[in-house]
Amino acid sequence: MRIIAVVIRILRQFISDKRTMALMIVAPIIILTMLSLVFNGEDLELKLGVRNAPESIVEQMEKHANVKPIASDEPIESTLKNDYDAVIDFGNGAKKLYLEGSDPSINRAVINMVQSSSMGKNQEVDLEVSYLFGSNDMSSFDHFGPVLVGFFIFFFVFLIAGVSFLRERTQGTLERVLATPIKRWELVTGYVIGFGLFTMLQSAIIALYSIYVIDLMMEGAFLYVLLITLMLALSALTLGTLLSSFAKNELQMIQFIPLVVVPQIFFSGLFNLDTISNYLSWIGPLTPLYYGADALRSVMIKGQGLTDIWIDLLVLLGFSIVFMILNIYALKKHRRI
Amino acid sequence: MPKGAIEANVTKNYGKTTILDHVNLSLKRGEIFGLLGPSGSGKTTLVKLLCGIEEASEGEVKVLDTKMPNLSMMKKVGYMAQADALYGELTAYENLKFFATLSGVHRRDQKERIIEVMQLVNLENELQKNVEDFSGGMKRRLSLAIALLHNPDILLLDEPTVGIDPSLRQKIWWTFEKLRSNGVLILVTTHVMDEAERCSRLGMIQNGQLIAVGTPEELKKQTDSVTIEEAFLSFGGGGE
Repeated sequence: MRIIAVVIRILRQFISDKRTMALMIVAPIIILTMLSLVFNGEDLELKLGVRNAPESIVEQMEKHANVKPIASDEPIESTLKNDYDAVIDFGNGAKKLYLEGSDPSINRAVINMVQSSSMGKNQEVDLEVSYLFGSNDMSSFDHFGPVLVGFFIFFFVFLIAGVSFLRERTQGTLERVLATPIKRWELVTGYVIGFGLFTMLQSAIIALYSIYVIDLMMEGAFLYVLLITLMLALSALTLGTLLSSFAKNELQMIQFIPLVVVPQIFFSGLFNLDTISNYLSWIGPLTPLYYGADALRSVMIKGQGLTDIWIDLLVLLGFSIVFMILNIYALKKHRRI
Repeated sequence: MPKGAIEANVTKNYGKTTILDHVNLSLKRGEIFGLLGPSGSGKTTLVKLLCGIEEASEGEVKVLDTKMPNLSMMKKVGYMAQADALYGELTAYENLKFFATLSGVHRRDQKERIIEVMQLVNLENELQKNVEDFSGGMKRRLSLAIALLHNPDILLLDEPTVGIDPSLRQKIWWTFEKLRSNGVLILVTTHVMDEAERCSRLGMIQNGQLIAVGTPEELKKQTDSVTIEEAFLSFGGGGE
């Protein structure tokens, strides 16, 4: 009964606080839309110079890039400075690749292209590129989109839940509530359910928007995406309310973001996890986003189902339960029983 | 002497500062006990100790013979904090409903109780208004209404009439007296001397020490004073 009272009160607060409600739903949508436009822009067109190249190879490469033959006496250095991404020298039988080198993603693209076009050099084999995951029209946004969907849900739920639990303390209502016979676990549970209900709505809208409007790659079942985002949001909500015990005001709550929320991106798979220094790599498995992002990628990119994500879901649930228990314990500061 | 509704013998320290120094208090049902003292003297801390939000560093508080904090005793206590602890984005009615459920008012009695307490504080027409649009005095009155919601046996009110105009204050004190005659124990902290005159007994507190306890008449007699204010000063209580 008391739990329900807390739940109803939180939902009523949401309904009368339209701006916060809008922030939690509209802000992630705007950011995701902007990112999709930033990363889904026009295809990269490579500009290559070739020297002493056989006609067949040039033809082959022209399918993928803007290829220009270069006179063999022209210095390579000046050509590269002249806005070429790379120069390939086929002289003397050996292939030599000179890269402009300032943009690693272009470097990779050039190397890939050269390798794939030289495969068919002597045999007239059609180049057929096949992908294990994704396809040749998969944009980079498809690749990290799932991580960002998870991140923004985590970020906004963390912030709003943390601040509203903190406000409960600064405006004195926490003390007033604790002067009633409510139990500490009832209060925390009420918070989780109240915010959880709203978060479900928020996650559903953001996920629907990302998949059907932004057209993020979606191979798996939508239901799983909902389940993952809900679990992720729960961990954000419980972590936010827990950390709010250690903040004196809203500003201090916001100071937790660069410390607690942003570093989670580093371990979410947005950057290659294998290259993280060993001094840091142990942090990843301690962050909720690590599991949420993994599960979202499994479903959205690889089209996997429950058998592949249940561990992630379970770990996220575990995080939430631990944070809840810690929060119930932290409330002891305000009333022992 | 029969055991009081509240028996307290407490010392409270925050770090090395002593807020309350061996305060010994016994309060009976059916009395209005006024706690008098300058701000910073420890009044609020004492009220919080009595209602179980704070705990004593030494000694203990017993409410109806039960050591605090105790959840079932909290049901019998109505507490009004010095700061208005209200949810501004909700209406008065939604605030009352929330606290009614928390304090254990039965669902089917809630509506009736809400209207009753709001009539007491003259806010019955403001039920659907958002609390953030309330004036300071209205918020104070709503806080008082919330403390009365569950018909508590013990009312602990921290400056209940600050910012409330004189005619309404009269009405509220009349309510206090009615509750008192029904056997409710009311403890109020106050700065207002004419309110102090209306209390059954007064406790004067200064620098965390209870310097005098007695009926207003007794206190004035002991010090040969005409007013409570004079009595307070001659007990060694200094204003700010």
